[in-house]
Amino acid sequence: MKSIPMKVTANQQVSERYWHMKVDASELDAEVSPGQFFQLRCGHDLNPLLRRPFSIYRINRRERTLEFLYLVKGAGTKRLTQMKAGEYVDVFGPLGTPFVLQDEWKTILLLARGVGIATLAALAQDAAEKGVQAVAILSARSRNDLLAAETLQGFGAKVLYVTDEEGTSDVSAVRRLLEGLLREDPIQAAFTCGSKRLSKLLQELAATHGIPAQIALEEHMGCAMGVCFACVCDVREGGQLKTVRVCKEGPVFPLEKVVL
Amino acid sequence: MMADELNLQVNIGSLTLPCPIMPASGAFGEDMEAIIDFNRLGAVVPKSITKHPRKGNATPRVCETPSGMINSIGIQSKGIEYYMEHVIPYYRRYQVPLISSISAESIEEFAEMSAIIAGAKEVAALELNISCPNLKGNGAAFGMDAQATRDLIREVRQVTKKPLIAKLTPNVTSIQEIALAAEEGGADGLNVANTILAMAIDIHSRKPRIGNVLGGLSGPAVKPIIVRMIYQVHQVTSLPIIGCGGVMNGEDALEMILAGATAVQVGTASFVQPTAMLDILEEIKQYMMQYGIADIQSLVGQVVTGKHNEGES
Repeated sequence: MKSIPMKVTANQQVSERYWHMKVDASELDAEVSPGQFFQLRCGHDLNPLLRRPFSIYRINRRERTLEFLYLVKGAGTKRLTQMKAGEYVDVFGPLGTPFVLQDEWKTILLLARGVGIATLAALAQDAAEKGVQAVAILSARSRNDLLAAETLQGFGAKVLYVTDEEGTSDVSAVRRLLEGLLREDPIQAAFTCGSKRLSKLLQELAATHGIPAQIALEEHMGCAMGVCFACVCDVREGGQLKTVRVCKEGPVFPLEKVVL
Repeated sequence: MMADELNLQVNIGSLTLPCPIMPASGAFGEDMEAIIDFNRLGAVVPKSITKHPRKGNATPRVCETPSGMINSIGIQSKGIEYYMEHVIPYYRRYQVPLISSISAESIEEFAEMSAIIAGAKEVAALELNISCPNLKGNGAAFGMDAQATRDLIREVRQVTKKPLIAKLTPNVTSIQEIALAAEEGGADGLNVANTILAMAIDIHSRKPRIGNVLGGLSGPAVKPIIVRMIYQVHQVTSLPIIGCGGVMNGEDALEMILAGATAVQVGTASFVQPTAMLDILEEIKQYMMQYGIADIQSLVGQVVTGKHNEGES
């Protein structure tokens, strides 16, 4: 992990609330894996001050670029939208632990809410390269926010949508959808990001069906390198509760361990 | 003047630091080894240690404010046994002094922990985090009360000859009064200062933006307040001062040195720029070469407070 000024090659609005940034990562000598994240400086001055964590949306190893899909939420992400192609953004990483994709898995389930799909899209890309079939359930406020659907389909994923707008995204509806999928498809592992209530649901269903599951957590971060203990979560290990760092021990955890 | 002719060595009591830049406790840890060479720092200062393991505070533990950051980590700690067995031995591999930051809930506990930690030969000095609440008092921080500060340092002074640095809280009416009390108690140096008590509210959810409601403000937003406090403390004590609060670059560090700091700690800046401490050191060297300053100590407290038009025609 190191901090590198990377050239922005594209930074475009893709829907009402989401933006997509592509950077030239040819200076990066580290391997990057789905589930890991980078800390970006959202400007060159002191306000906004702290870096913001962004998971990797796409890794283009051949052309040596990285892509980030981000929700415009506060001062930092607003400032990031002002970055133009040709400008440099300071990128620190790669950070955190990646998803684990076992070779023997043939079909995996992805369950994402909102910008959580950015993290799972990188995994879908990896899965496609390994010949693993991905089945994705995307949850969003509206159809307009289901922005990564085409990208996922491009990776050969089967994509299902649920939205608040259409009244299909509440937990009971997603439960019915998931139970149907788990009955019909030979799903061997599940992955989630972006919603506590959906993660809780998946935690329960994964346990019932005996499927290993992983979660990528999101938390407010200070240093993102494990020294400040700002981004913590509780995990259950050997019958004991432990408070661990999302930036260092995570952001990807076995779902059954995480206290949601 | 060449860079290798510069003398950056400074002293805090009997402790000699190879250079005046070191991390602030809580913003430093073993994980930073991958990013910077610790041997180029003035000292290493691991996160404050408590006697017993502590879970820390509720999340969110940090939030950003204009040019600042509020945190309420709550000293998540693995306890003194882990510290003695793992943390202190880890830092053996570095040549720079190890300063142990101690947080305790009573004067007796400060003395007990100090005796144990100072007993480790690797520990060069103790930084007493007197900003923590005195549970045997009224729950206010030790460092908010001159008598409690004096008593605390005096008790710890009895158990070790190693340099004691009192980390003052800025949340007081008179920082000079507390600084004098720490000096009378027998401190060898003063850290000015810990974070400034603060609060931020999300107007949409109407909730505090910190899980613990209140937190400590750090970052460039607090620097002018800390520079003022360094200046004030330097006026009344002869103790060496470690400036701490909002240093982002070499200019900020030099400002603190001119106000009266002998050394400077860097916290939040390392989160923004992981190599900040080494960058700051390089900028200080550049300044010294620019102005032909051979010894960094010659700058300590050298702010010129005469009339601004003095000497002008």
